[in-house]
Amino acid sequence: MTPSPPRPPRELRICTASGCLQAGSGALQASLERAATGIDGPVPPLRRVGCLRLCGRGPLLADDGPRGRQLYGGLPEEAAALLLEQPEAPALEAWRVPLQQPFFQLQHPVVLEHCGRVDPESIDEALAAGTYATLRQCLTALTPGQVREQVRRSGLRGRGGAGYPTGLKWDTVALQPPGRRWVVCNADEGDPGAFMDRTVLESDPHRLIEGLAIAAFAVGADRGFVYVRAEYPLAIARLRLALTAARQHGWLGPAIAGSRFSLDLQLRVGAGAYVCGEETALLASISGRRGTPRPRPPYPAQHGLQGEPTLINNVETLAAIPAILRQGGDWYASIGSGESRGTKVFSLSGDVRHTGVVEVPLGVSLRQVVETMGGGSRDGRPIKAVQTGGPSGGCIPAALLDTPVDYGSLRELGSMLGSGGMVVIGQDTPMPALAHHFIRFSVQESCGKCLPCRAGTVQLQQMLERILQGEAGAGDLERLEELCRMVAATSLCGLGQAAPSPVLSSLRWFRHEYEAACAATPP
Amino acid sequence: MSVLTLTVDGQPVAVPAGASLLQAVEAAGISLPRLCHLDGLTPVGACRLCLVAVEGSPRPLPACVNAAAEGQVVRTDSEELRRFRRLAVELFFAEGNHVCAICVANGSCELQAMAVAVGMDHCRFPYQYPHRRVDASHPQFTLDRNRCILCSRCVRVCQEIEGAHVWDIASRGSDCQLIAGMDQPWAEVDSCTSCGKCVEVCPTGALFHKDDGSAERQPRRDLPRQLREARELGRWTPPSPHRSGHGPS
Repeated sequence: MTPSPPRPPRELRICTASGCLQAGSGALQASLERAATGIDGPVPPLRRVGCLRLCGRGPLLADDGPRGRQLYGGLPEEAAALLLEQPEAPALEAWRVPLQQPFFQLQHPVVLEHCGRVDPESIDEALAAGTYATLRQCLTALTPGQVREQVRRSGLRGRGGAGYPTGLKWDTVALQPPGRRWVVCNADEGDPGAFMDRTVLESDPHRLIEGLAIAAFAVGADRGFVYVRAEYPLAIARLRLALTAARQHGWLGPAIAGSRFSLDLQLRVGAGAYVCGEETALLASISGRRGTPRPRPPYPAQHGLQGEPTLINNVETLAAIPAILRQGGDWYASIGSGESRGTKVFSLSGDVRHTGVVEVPLGVSLRQVVETMGGGSRDGRPIKAVQTGGPSGGCIPAALLDTPVDYGSLRELGSMLGSGGMVVIGQDTPMPALAHHFIRFSVQESCGKCLPCRAGTVQLQQMLERILQGEAGAGDLERLEELCRMVAATSLCGLGQAAPSPVLSSLRWFRHEYEAACAATPP
Repeated sequence: MSVLTLTVDGQPVAVPAGASLLQAVEAAGISLPRLCHLDGLTPVGACRLCLVAVEGSPRPLPACVNAAAEGQVVRTDSEELRRFRRLAVELFFAEGNHVCAICVANGSCELQAMAVAVGMDHCRFPYQYPHRRVDASHPQFTLDRNRCILCSRCVRVCQEIEGAHVWDIASRGSDCQLIAGMDQPWAEVDSCTSCGKCVEVCPTGALFHKDDGSAERQPRRDLPRQLREARELGRWTPPSPHRSGHGPS
């Protein structure tokens, strides 16, 4: 007769990503630790981890006990002792978040596989979870060409918004004439309502470093940068810590894992300009110059930092790399649909019951994300639209919620997949006001280099203000559209070209709201 | 391939490899509107007036910053391009404080000439009347930011040809403004050699000689090209016909 296996020890995990810290997870952690000192006998260890997904219910606390897993949302400090001593207490029911709901059940974690499981400030936990093992595998058993082949096969496309095939980009850099190359991680996530990359940076920074190191190996780079926006202080602090730890453990620096591959990786912090998420502006900023875009071509893949070939990938793209190399490009390509392979992380916010971070296979319907997982609007009324792609994207009306979430389908509807921000619009939001909100953002964030974006968006904003204030009249909508088309067609970089999209897409689906606003103008 | 052949408005043209689309268009004897580009300075593609339609490109391309390619079919004129150019010129007028009647550049202003060229009989956008500073600290020259269109010619000529880098553009969006040194009064910027090249290339009346009235003002906008050719090719050529088109006649 074999003895029964030992009961798995109980363990608590508290979310220490920005959302939950803001909601008070620091105070909750302190009260749990205080309560623990007053208890005789064993108390479950409390681990600080990254994002537990359902940000809107923070601070989140996971309780992995012998009888399964519980998730608590918004647990008050007074309940700390009760939770430690009587985890089954019915009084705790009020703060239990059911894990069986679609928000958790329909997630498909690839990029976020360790997020919420490891302490983002501990390289030991990252190593125990398997981070850097794939890098070692690549360095010792694969050639750069073989690594790139897996990425090509995976069908991975850039997750920053443009959706450029990642394998093709890597090849383009790798196949440049011999010489030095650079890798750069674009962590300048700036779309309003987007917090996917922040989640990765704050929850699992070593994964990003591993992905970036694999990318550097694959394209033949030996130096690079991570460019993080200054508005992400926690992400910067954790990344800094992770970089130092990775260097100390030999996962960065010379002769990594005993191979001939070296990588010098440095952190650069932005200075608050949204436009620096545009790759040529980002490179200018890294180089110490004014952060303005320049015309492409030449693309950074040919002519980047110091005029040398430079690979620029977004955080989420690079964070998908370790899984692709570990399980194979074909495995990754088996997830998703059509031209959109793999999973995508979305940040769900706005008028939606479950606010937070979800990772789903590309190609699921917008309805599944917003209604099934998100739980629909807060007051239970039907939602009006979903804004995707931030100030460069557009709105999808509720009638088209069955659209699959992939690169092509959203573009056909005049929006874009974008970096992954999804803002749910409720019935009470007037669409011209939403368009005005985004145009105002573009006005404030225009770098001012090219005329259509610098001066055109100002005029667009004022046209929308006249419409909203009931001062617009006949012909004003046509003038608005004409200027939108001009700014879109003639601006220098992607930001200006996409700035009118929120206006054009809301005009496409909600023109009656604009017409009503214009008709309300007294003659 | 050392020579490229392409078609501009139906005409076949040949240009040396490495030529810009703008050079190809000029080789066809066609003058494109422009306010930021000046031969001899690094092109920046900021004014968006030299846009041309290139077959196969989903959007119009600025000719100054795009390279000509073999077999390209380029159109410099269309109803849409004309509409875009007129809107652009109107946006320039609306964003600054451009009052021709009291401007030293009246008659020698490229923005004014552009308004005539695109048929701008009035501006359909409300004027923004921005509050902008005037810097008259320099003994010979004045900077009137009200007339500045942020073309950055002065920035480039000072950095690339004079090598002094007095000028820069600060802030962003509609707050962008030309600054001297570390946003100091011009006269306090030690690196300024008072060479006056910035004044010569200014398309409007933003930078001007204190002594000049509109009758005396004769900007030498061909200067960057002449200086560059003198340095690189060892020859001094007269003003090019393309550039003088927008000056006083």
